[in-house]
Amino acid sequence: MLRRLLKDFQGDVLAIPGRLLALIFFVVLFFIPLFVQGSSGNYYLRIFIFANMYVIFAVSWDLLSGYTGQLNFGHALFFGVAAYTTALLNLHLGWQPWATIPIGALAGVIAGLIVCLPALRLRGPYLALVTLAFPLILLGIIFAFPNFTGGELGLSGLSRISESRTTDYYISVVVMIVSVLLMWKLTDASSSLVRTGIVFHAIREDEITARASGINTIRYKLLAFAVAGFFAGIAGAFHAHFMRIAGPSNLQLTLSFQVIIWTVFGGITSIYGPVVGVYILFPLMEFLRVVPEVRNLIFAGIVVLMLLFMPEGIAVWVRDKIERECPRCKLSNMAFRKTCRACNTRLYEHAAD
Amino acid sequence: MVEGIIIQGLIKGGTYALLAVGFSLIFGVARMINLAHTCFYMLAAYGIYAFARLFDMPLIASIVLSLLATTLIGILTYRLFIDRVREHHVTVMLITLALAMVFQECMILAFSSEPLGAPSFVNGYWTIIGVKVSYQNLLTFGIALAVLLGVWALLSKTRLGVAIRATAQDSEIANLMGINVRRILLVTMALAAALAAIAGVVIAPTLTLEPRMWTSPLVMIMAIVVLGGLGSVKGSFIGAFIIAFVEALVVFLMPSGAFLKDAFALLVMVLILLIRPEGLFGVVFEEERL
Repeated sequence: MLRRLLKDFQGDVLAIPGRLLALIFFVVLFFIPLFVQGSSGNYYLRIFIFANMYVIFAVSWDLLSGYTGQLNFGHALFFGVAAYTTALLNLHLGWQPWATIPIGALAGVIAGLIVCLPALRLRGPYLALVTLAFPLILLGIIFAFPNFTGGELGLSGLSRISESRTTDYYISVVVMIVSVLLMWKLTDASSSLVRTGIVFHAIREDEITARASGINTIRYKLLAFAVAGFFAGIAGAFHAHFMRIAGPSNLQLTLSFQVIIWTVFGGITSIYGPVVGVYILFPLMEFLRVVPEVRNLIFAGIVVLMLLFMPEGIAVWVRDKIERECPRCKLSNMAFRKTCRACNTRLYEHAAD
Repeated sequence: MVEGIIIQGLIKGGTYALLAVGFSLIFGVARMINLAHTCFYMLAAYGIYAFARLFDMPLIASIVLSLLATTLIGILTYRLFIDRVREHHVTVMLITLALAMVFQECMILAFSSEPLGAPSFVNGYWTIIGVKVSYQNLLTFGIALAVLLGVWALLSKTRLGVAIRATAQDSEIANLMGINVRRILLVTMALAAALAAIAGVVIAPTLTLEPRMWTSPLVMIMAIVVLGGLGSVKGSFIGAFIIAFVEALVVFLMPSGAFLKDAFALLVMVLILLIRPEGLFGVVFEEERL
C-alpha cells in the first residue's frame, strides 16, 4: 500500500515538472514563518495571508468562468455576501469564526444559486454584463439601510480568527491548499473519481452538444455556481475576520475585475494559473507602495504588456517551456527528455533528425 | 415634477445614446467589449479643458482639437493593442480595462484628482413647460440627436455603412466579398471613439471633471446595451432613453436616494433580461463558426 503510494508519487508528481514546482511551493509556504520575524515579519505574513485568501477567490473564478465558461464579471458578489453574513452573525449574535466562516460560505452558495437563475438562460457577454450588475445592486441595498449594514463605513470590530499572526497564517495556508486541491480535483478532466471536470469542459466547449449527449447541463451549471460561490464565500468570510471589517469595498467592481486580471495574468482554465497570478501580482502591488503616484500605472502597464506578449498567461507559458506532452500517449514529460518516459516515442520529431 | 422628469430624461438619454451606440457598434462589428469606451469620453472632456483653459485657445478650436486627438488615441489604441489579441475575447476585455486604468492614471498625473470645470459653450436658459433648461443642455440634446441621425444615415445609406453592417453580420463572408475587414474594424473603432468623444465634449461643461468619471457611465451604458440587445444600434438608442428615464425618476422621486440610480437602472436591466434573454431588440447571433 505504502509502496504503491510512493510509486504513484514518483510517477505523477516527481516526473512532471509543473507538479514538482507546485509541491515545492506548498512546502516552502509552510516554512515561511521561520524566516520572517519581528514586526516586518508580521507585515510579510499579512501579505501572504491576503494572497492565500485571494488565491481561493481567484481559483473559484477560474472554476466557474475558465472551466465551465460562465463568464462572471461580478464575482465579488460571493465574496461580499459571505463577508457581510459573517460580520452580521459575529457582531449581532456573537458567533465565533469557526461557526461564521462556514455559514458565510453557505451564504456564498445561496448567492451563487440566485445568480445562476438568469445564467441558465444567458450566455457569453450577456451573462458577463448581468453578473456585473448583481454586486452593484446589492451595494445599492447596503447603502439604503445604513443602520443595519453600516453603510459606507461597513461593519467593523469582528473577532479575530486566532490570537497570533503566525496561527492565522497557518490556518490560511491549510485552507488555501485544501481548497485549491479540491477545486483542482473537481475540474480534472481525466479523473476517474469525479465526472465534473470533463462535464465542465464539455459545457464550455459546446453546451448544446453536451445536452445532446445526455448531460443534464442545468444541474452541472448550478453545481459550478454553487461550488464557486462556496469557495469565494470561504475567502470572503476569512477576509472579513482577518481584516475585522466587512465593507462596501468587498463588493465593488474593482474586486471583480481584480480577480479576472489575476487569473488571466496567471493563465485561465488551469487552476495553478490564478495561484501564480495572485502570488506574483498581489505582493508586487504591495511593494509598489513605495511609489504611490505611479503604482496603478505600473500595474496596468505590466498587465497590458503581459497580455500582449503572453496572452495565454504566465503560468501556461512557463509550463509549455518545461513540460512536453508525448505525441502518442499524451503523458506529460520533462522538456529536456528526448523520448517519452512511458512509451519511448521521440518527443521532438524534427529536432532529432 | 413630471415635466422635470421628462426633460431630464431626454437630456441624459441623448448623452447615453451617443455613448451606447458607439459601444454597441464596436461590439456588433468586432465582437469585442471595449471597457475603455467611456475613457474616450473622459479624455475628450479633459481635452477641452486643457486646450481651452490651459492653452487659452478659442472654444471652437479646442473642441475640434479635442475630438481629433481623442479619435486618434482611439485608433492608436486599436492598432497597437487590441488588434493583436482580437482572437481572445477575455483578453480583449482585460486589455481594454487595463488601458482604461492607464488613461485614468495618466489623467491623475497630468491634472491631479481635483475636480475641474470646463468652460461652457453658451450661457442662459430657456423655460419649457415650466422647467428651466440651460442652453447648454439643449445644445447637448440637439447635437446628440443630430450626430445619431448622421450615424444612422452613414450606416444605412453609404457604401461604407453597408460594409460595416456586412462585417457585423459575418466577417468571414464579408472578407470573401472583397471587404477589407481589418480596415472596417479600424474605421468602426474610430467611429465609436469619435462618438464617445462627442458625448464627452458636449457634456463637459455641465459636469465636474475627475479622473474616475468614466466608471459610472460605463456601468450605465453596459446596462443600456444589454437591455437594447448587444450589437443592435436601434436597441441601444431606445435603451438609452429607458435607462435615462429610470435614472431621472429615481432622482426626482427620492432625492435622498440619488445614489441608488445605478442600482435601479441595473435592476431594470436584469428584470427585462429575465423576460427576454436577448434584450429588447436582440440580434441573435448564430454560434460563431470554428
